[in-house]
Amino acid sequence: MEIFAQQLVNGLVLGSIYALVALGYTMVYGILGLINFAHGDITMIGALVALTVAQLLAAAGLPVPAVLILAGGAAIMVCVCLGVFIERVAYRPLRRAPRLAPLITAIGVSILLQYSAALIWGKQYLSMPELVTPTRINIAGVQLTGLQVAIFLLACAIMAGLLWFIKSSRMGRAMRATEQNPDIAGLMGVNINTVITFTFILGSAIAAVAGLMVVLYYGIGHYFMGFMLGLKAFTAAVLGGIGNVAGAVLGGLLLGVIESLASGYIGDITGGVLGSNYRDVFAFLVLILVLVLRPSGLMGQHSGDRA
Amino acid sequence: MRNFLSMLQARNHWRWIAWGGLALLLLAAPFLIEALLGRAWVRIADVALLFIMLALGLNIVVGFAGLLDLGYIAFFAVGAYSYALLASPQFDLHWPFMVVLPLSAAVAAVFGILLGAPTLRLRGDYLAIVTLGFGEIIRVFLNNLNRPVNITNGPQGITLIDPLQVGGFSLAQTHTFAGLTIAPVHSYFFVFLVCAVLSILISLRLENSRIGRAWAAIRDDELAAASTGINTRNLKLLAFAMGATFGGVAGGLFSSFQGFVSPESFHLLDSIMVLCMVVLGGMGNVAGVVLGAVLLTMLPEALRYIGPLQQKLFDEVLVDPSDLRMLLFGLALVLMMLFRPEGLWPSRRRRAVEKSHAAG
Repeated sequence: MEIFAQQLVNGLVLGSIYALVALGYTMVYGILGLINFAHGDITMIGALVALTVAQLLAAAGLPVPAVLILAGGAAIMVCVCLGVFIERVAYRPLRRAPRLAPLITAIGVSILLQYSAALIWGKQYLSMPELVTPTRINIAGVQLTGLQVAIFLLACAIMAGLLWFIKSSRMGRAMRATEQNPDIAGLMGVNINTVITFTFILGSAIAAVAGLMVVLYYGIGHYFMGFMLGLKAFTAAVLGGIGNVAGAVLGGLLLGVIESLASGYIGDITGGVLGSNYRDVFAFLVLILVLVLRPSGLMGQHSGDRA
Repeated sequence: MRNFLSMLQARNHWRWIAWGGLALLLLAAPFLIEALLGRAWVRIADVALLFIMLALGLNIVVGFAGLLDLGYIAFFAVGAYSYALLASPQFDLHWPFMVVLPLSAAVAAVFGILLGAPTLRLRGDYLAIVTLGFGEIIRVFLNNLNRPVNITNGPQGITLIDPLQVGGFSLAQTHTFAGLTIAPVHSYFFVFLVCAVLSILISLRLENSRIGRAWAAIRDDELAAASTGINTRNLKLLAFAMGATFGGVAGGLFSSFQGFVSPESFHLLDSIMVLCMVVLGGMGNVAGVVLGAVLLTMLPEALRYIGPLQQKLFDEVLVDPSDLRMLLFGLALVLMMLFRPEGLWPSRRRRAVEKSHAAG
């Protein structure tokens, strides 16, 4: 039982990171109908920028909160610029093109980001300086680190803030209108280009924060780390119902828990035959199962067939 | 009238002469290449022929039916491992290739159907991401299926795979025929050539068949295609399975040619490379795809000179040639879609569409 609770907690923390990345996929998909393959790699860039800044500043001897804020700020700036640039250069000209074209462009952008990162940072694993001395909190037999709690709380705050923003602000209303029908929204005076740019700004900034969390949590960064993270976040978005922001949050948390429990128990269930090296398979199985059983996702509308 | 007929005949003659010349050239190709560029390039030519098969298979999926498959190399892997398991000391099975090769094609096709069935009734975007995941998952399995029962031998891969053998004629040995030394690379060239030509013929016939036209209809407008009575799901599944079959055959041949397979040969980047061949050459155009495959197989060989060049200019290797290749691939995908989505050598149908757009 204690192991179960422990895995559950680990899964929730991991899932909150997936959920943050999934938000970017789902917002762009909702508005443009495009799977932004590069989103996972934007997260990777955010992670590596944060890591580099943290390395430099920690060596300079700045206090830890300042290091974290500056690293996060730098990551957000770089990611936002990158996201807006990519949308402008690679996706906007293809908005009315046949469906295959933007998909292929997106995969091209993803490859470009990965190998640009390999050029800048090299192909080895980079290690994050240990900024926070791990404080262990023990609640009813479940071990928690202060970092885990902080990540989870910050992720929840961001998600709640985003949900409120989309529901209540003027820009949020414009985003929802564009999602329903861009042409009509344009006729009603919504500036579609501004909305789309803003969506990329928002998604990239959140991805940057997620990237910072990943390097803090795992302590390492790598130019290829965005690939699996992106795939899992996309799975989370599909699980929750792609295009649905609340669904992405739910899907992310759920996927984190499923993955954590499954890889924690697979050894016991199969008698040690299959180990946790099959970890990455579970997200994929979830994706296939969702697509077979409920393509519109948990919170999606009935539009599964041609979504 | 008579004049016209004789003209037609004359043109026919010329056509036959041209085809005969091309055939002779291809037959002499491995020896010419060896004489001009060395034996290493004969090997590259063999690999290019394999990639032509792979690219044509992916072209059926992406070019004809308009389904984006980002894990295509997985079918190549399935074919390669099927062959490797049934014709190597791994299980001490040494089945003849006449049995194993069709079998690996069939296994790949089954995987294609298994993967396609749940996703193909949905929008194409899902297929892209599911195939992307599938490509990686296959690698996870190949890497880990060495315990509890050792099936794939894990990261070490499978070695000592049987070479192709027809009767008593083994392609792994050097033969002398009418004063010509025929090394294994030459023999394989001819086998691959036959397979590649067959793939080209099948692709060309498919394109103009009832099925091919149905695929084109689905690609251009799925809703309209469905409303004209085309069974879109089955036809998409057929395209997917056929593409997988091509991949399976190429994989089996690769296994026997290489004598060794390991999970590292089937990386995501290889899927991207095959996709680049299709996109660069011209989606849907067989000749363009063949061109793309040949160009992109030679590119890494050309880039090999970049390393020493950098060494000379900057005293160190700034950009690893293989990274540079991937950067160029990514850039090519983006730029092609932005500026020339029809590819270097567009298909006739696409050219017609472009022209009507330009006129209207």
